[in-house]
Amino acid sequence: MRKGCSKFFLEDERQFERWNDSAIKSLKAEFKLFKDVVVLSLMHPWERDARLLKKALKKGPPHYNVIVEIACTRSSDQLLGARKAYHSLFDRSIEEDLASHVKGSERKLLVALVSAYRYEGPKVKEDAAKSEAKALLNAIKNNNGDHKKKAMEEDEVIWILTTRSKPHLKVVYEQYKKISAKTITEDLEVELLLKEIVECLCTPQTYFTRVFDTALREDAKEDAKKALTRLVATQEDVDLKGIAAKFEDKIKERVKGAYKDVLLGVLADDRK
Amino acid sequence: MQYNELFKGWRLEKFLNSEENRKSNEAWVDQKDKCHESCVIQKEIKEEEAMATLTVPTTVPSVSEDCEQLRKAFSGWGTNEGLIIDILGHRNAEQRNLIRKTYAETYGEDLLKALDKELSNDFERLVLLWALDPAERDALLANEATKRWTSSNQVLMEIACTRSANQLLHARQAYHARYKKSLEEDVAHHTTGDFRKLLLPLVSSYRYEGEEVNMTLAKTEAKLLHEKISDKAYSDDDVIRVLATRSKAQINATLNHYKNEYGNDINKDLKADPKDEFLALLRSTVKCLVYPEKYFEKVLRLAINRRGTDEGALTRVVCTRAEVDLKIIADEYQRRNSVPLTRAIVKDTHGDYEKLLLVLAGHVEN
Repeated sequence: MRKGCSKFFLEDERQFERWNDSAIKSLKAEFKLFKDVVVLSLMHPWERDARLLKKALKKGPPHYNVIVEIACTRSSDQLLGARKAYHSLFDRSIEEDLASHVKGSERKLLVALVSAYRYEGPKVKEDAAKSEAKALLNAIKNNNGDHKKKAMEEDEVIWILTTRSKPHLKVVYEQYKKISAKTITEDLEVELLLKEIVECLCTPQTYFTRVFDTALREDAKEDAKKALTRLVATQEDVDLKGIAAKFEDKIKERVKGAYKDVLLGVLADDRK
Repeated sequence: MQYNELFKGWRLEKFLNSEENRKSNEAWVDQKDKCHESCVIQKEIKEEEAMATLTVPTTVPSVSEDCEQLRKAFSGWGTNEGLIIDILGHRNAEQRNLIRKTYAETYGEDLLKALDKELSNDFERLVLLWALDPAERDALLANEATKRWTSSNQVLMEIACTRSANQLLHARQAYHARYKKSLEEDVAHHTTGDFRKLLLPLVSSYRYEGEEVNMTLAKTEAKLLHEKISDKAYSDDDVIRVLATRSKAQINATLNHYKNEYGNDINKDLKADPKDEFLALLRSTVKCLVYPEKYFEKVLRLAINRRGTDEGALTRVVCTRAEVDLKIIADEYQRRNSVPLTRAIVKDTHGDYEKLLLVLAGHVEN
């Protein structure tokens, strides 16, 4: 190996061939991602989600998007399982911990989001969806107007997003497009957390695509790569195949080693 | 890259995604979940049997016998209410569910529909509510409580706070199945203002059920509650947060500390305005979380001693607590009213309605 990969080894004046520091660092980083994927994939999904939630909560506001991702992209029973696992692992409920550690305006919204036990059937109420789209539009415009209260603090917004079923919310999303020039996510550029919630609930494919895209860029940060790892290891039922196909070239070009095998392997298997 | 060569043999894709691996993992997971669920339920059942008033005969007739007898009770002229009381009044939830299932298979008709046809008034309501599985019953009561003419914030709070975390969860699942929407949606849609602020988190809760208590936290939160109450900020986010997310054991510790530190029971401090309905609901919430038998005793007392009994409340309490803790509630009732619950029921009700209530309350004919 030493003979084959000469660029990783330096020979210094003492004629000792040692490993290049930056090479060691990049090796560790590669395997860290690989290790993360393996550990995440092997854990019971409920325990995995509970641990991810705890970690995100500990790390603070920049990581609250993980809480959003888990609360919004899991099925009702999976989210419930995560809550049960949380009881077991940490002797508290996730709601308690969120409610006492999240200090900002997103507290009510996040606690309600994590407490959701949504109806999963296809039945949708068209009329209610129309009036709810209007209510959301009002809340968002008001926020842009007087900046007094953020849209995510509005009770209406909170209960629409945290109690309605996902099929219903998709209809609300469509109705919103009809009454506003833009989509909800476009109108929510200012409130990132709210935007992600809407994205995960109504257009999850867009969210997944964004995660892939951000992680596979030239200047991708640690967190972005971790997000991709998490996605790949935890989204078992979702069809990532279509999204991944668009990024196949980037994966082959930018990702290295064992981690690349994992990404390609996972995606290849989906193709069967 | 050299590394590719090293790891090709590992065949990661297969390992991570093989169907067999996934299936066997799922099977193990399923088994473990079921075992855990049933263990938790067994423990809950054992604890509750001690405080229930429902009596089941030591040798229970077979399900098909029960179904046959019930069928006979409906046939011909009139209905044999006594037989219905004798059978259904002495069967627990599991047995009743089995009877309903077998009856439907044998006679092609839902037992509840048959009962609906044959019975009427208070007795019918009692029988129908009693015959339901506890989760379905809670779902039905909750649904009624969100409808305009039968709306009741109190019932919603009662269900959310006096059931165990798993019982509340099963009620929410039954709600999905029966009404094709979630209980949370309906509560959000049909309650307003401060009531919604309180009720929505309460019905969405899935509290930790352990006995562990953090005394430092209890002190901090008692102080917080005292501050908010002194400022009359009754529907403050923090007050609601404590009541809706903490475990019952933790809330109990907090309220004990509150009394030790500030002299009064929190409910005494919440009596500032006797006409304020939100405060009344808040006080009831506290009662339900920490000493439910006192809450239910009061509901019964108000239901029975009023001029004209409130059969709705009486039926609801007896049905929902007969298999849980009606014994403790009855003891509390006697202590507070100097009269046994059963005697009060006899005095205030009559006919088959009275008979079934007494059977469910564990009354034994002398």
